[in-house]
Amino acid sequence: MAQDLVLEIAGLEKTFNPGRSNAVTAISDLYLAVRPREFVSIIGPSGCGKSTLLRLVGGLIEPTAGELSVNGRSAQEARLGRDYGMVFQAAGLLDWRTAIRNVELPLELMGWSKLRRRKRAKEMLELVDLGGFASHYPAELSGGMQQRVSIARALSFEPSLLLMDEPFGALDEMTREYMQTELLKIWRETATTVIFITHSIPEAVFLSTRVAVMSPRPARIAAELPIDLPERTPQTRDTEEFFRDVSLVRRTLRSVEGQ
Amino acid sequence: MKFLRGGAWLPPTVFGAGALGLWELVLWLTDPEGFVLPRPSEIAIALGENVSEVWMASRVTGFIILSGLAGGVVLGAVAALVVIRFRTANETLTPLAVAINAIPIIALAPLFNNWLGITSPRSNQAVVVLLVFFPVFINTARGLSEVDDEQIELMQSYAASDWRIMRTVRIPNALPFFFTALRLVASLAVIAAIVVEYFGGRQDTLGNIITQNAQFTRYDVAWAAVVAGSIIGIALYFAALIVERLATGRYARATAEA
Ligand SMILES: Nc1ncnc2c1ncn2[C@@H]1O[C@H](COP(=O)(O)OP(=O)(O)OP(=O)(O)O)[C@@H](O)[C@H]1O
Ligand SMILES: [Mg+2]
Repeated sequence: MAQDLVLEIAGLEKTFNPGRSNAVTAISDLYLAVRPREFVSIIGPSGCGKSTLLRLVGGLIEPTAGELSVNGRSAQEARLGRDYGMVFQAAGLLDWRTAIRNVELPLELMGWSKLRRRKRAKEMLELVDLGGFASHYPAELSGGMQQRVSIARALSFEPSLLLMDEPFGALDEMTREYMQTELLKIWRETATTVIFITHSIPEAVFLSTRVAVMSPRPARIAAELPIDLPERTPQTRDTEEFFRDVSLVRRTLRSVEGQ
Repeated sequence: MKFLRGGAWLPPTVFGAGALGLWELVLWLTDPEGFVLPRPSEIAIALGENVSEVWMASRVTGFIILSGLAGGVVLGAVAALVVIRFRTANETLTPLAVAINAIPIIALAPLFNNWLGITSPRSNQAVVVLLVFFPVFINTARGLSEVDDEQIELMQSYAASDWRIMRTVRIPNALPFFFTALRLVASLAVIAAIVVEYFGGRQDTLGNIITQNAQFTRYDVAWAAVVAGSIIGIALYFAALIVERLATGRYARATAEA
């Protein structure tokens, strides 16, 4: 097993309710390797098994067959070792905690002192431009602001692997693009590896160093496309290279779905 | 803000006063035989004349209400925690709780009187506890279990233990459910305690004042005891409300305004 891989998946399979009439094979024969500091987007048809893959990587469910290692350990060990920062499609904030106390949550579980976690949570909220909203409750924040709190929370303990499941799916186009730029900024400033699930081709291209295209169920990685944009600023979206990569991903996705 | 919330008292107060006035006026105008329904003023006078007797009875009945309420609430909340935490407990305790709830518990009062002694407060307390238990149990259990799957998975991704998830996610999530039940059972406990006293037992209770005086057509005195019971019920309701405000604090206000 190569030591320089953050994530290594070989022959992964996941069947829900195996042996029963409602058995569903969501993932079959899936291979994927991710190096440190990569930003890998996973794109694929709806219901193909993207969230399932993320939950397998996160050690929240067990694979039916195959190998999966995170930093050279099993997903369970990595979960118990708190290697992961997870961001779900819904922000998943605790309604009864203020923004800052939501960000503090993982630090609390890791036994940080009150002073230290306050300080870190403040820094993280500032990083996502919410410094002024520390004592607001989720109900007092917009959807985009809640999602930013959720990202700050996932980043607060500097996980080695950030797992994001369509985190910007519920946002409007403008907020979405703004959040993408923010996420890239954070990714550059921290030493995090990101696995990012999305339905949006331009989003995948703009963010990623590599796009993995999944096949319909039972899912495997059907194609991997390296993305090599010279820079990633809001202007990048209007460049020729960007359009070229977007249409490449689109054609790949279409051919995969057509199989 | 404070002023506005104070203003919320105004409509029910005006309505209540109006209803009492109308009650007084109609009886004064029609003047039925007089003993069917006493006028508010007659009840007030009866209350004044029997104030020490009603006060002593309120203390006796109030003790049953408070202790039964406390017992039922604690048992209900603890049972809910155990049931959600341990699946086997769920499979045995929940059907048991449903079975208890299906029993017309107040109808058991004479039996409890036989078992636990008619003059002992134990039988009255037992009925109140049983009656209070179920709504608290069911509501709290629902609040503990109706938690966002993603919040649970998030906690698991932080390697949080089941007890930690209970403390950090499930219990805070259940608080509004619990307090809804608390307000409900505050009134239920008053009704239960007084009705149980109709079946006999000590003389110096609100229930007994009502039955004895109704028997001798002293309806105004019976009503005075009913008023005392209402006051206890209203006081308990607001006490529950205050505890809820203290427990959920600024969060409740923030969500109510959003
Ligand atoms: N807990 C479960 N039990 C049974 N089947 C499941 C379970 N979770 C997912 N599935 C099935 O696995 C398949 C893949 O689901 P998954 O949520 O991973 O898809 P997805 O690619 O994330 O879809 P979307 O793009 O809509 O989010 C679906 O057919 C789904 O019905
Ligand atoms: Mg999904």
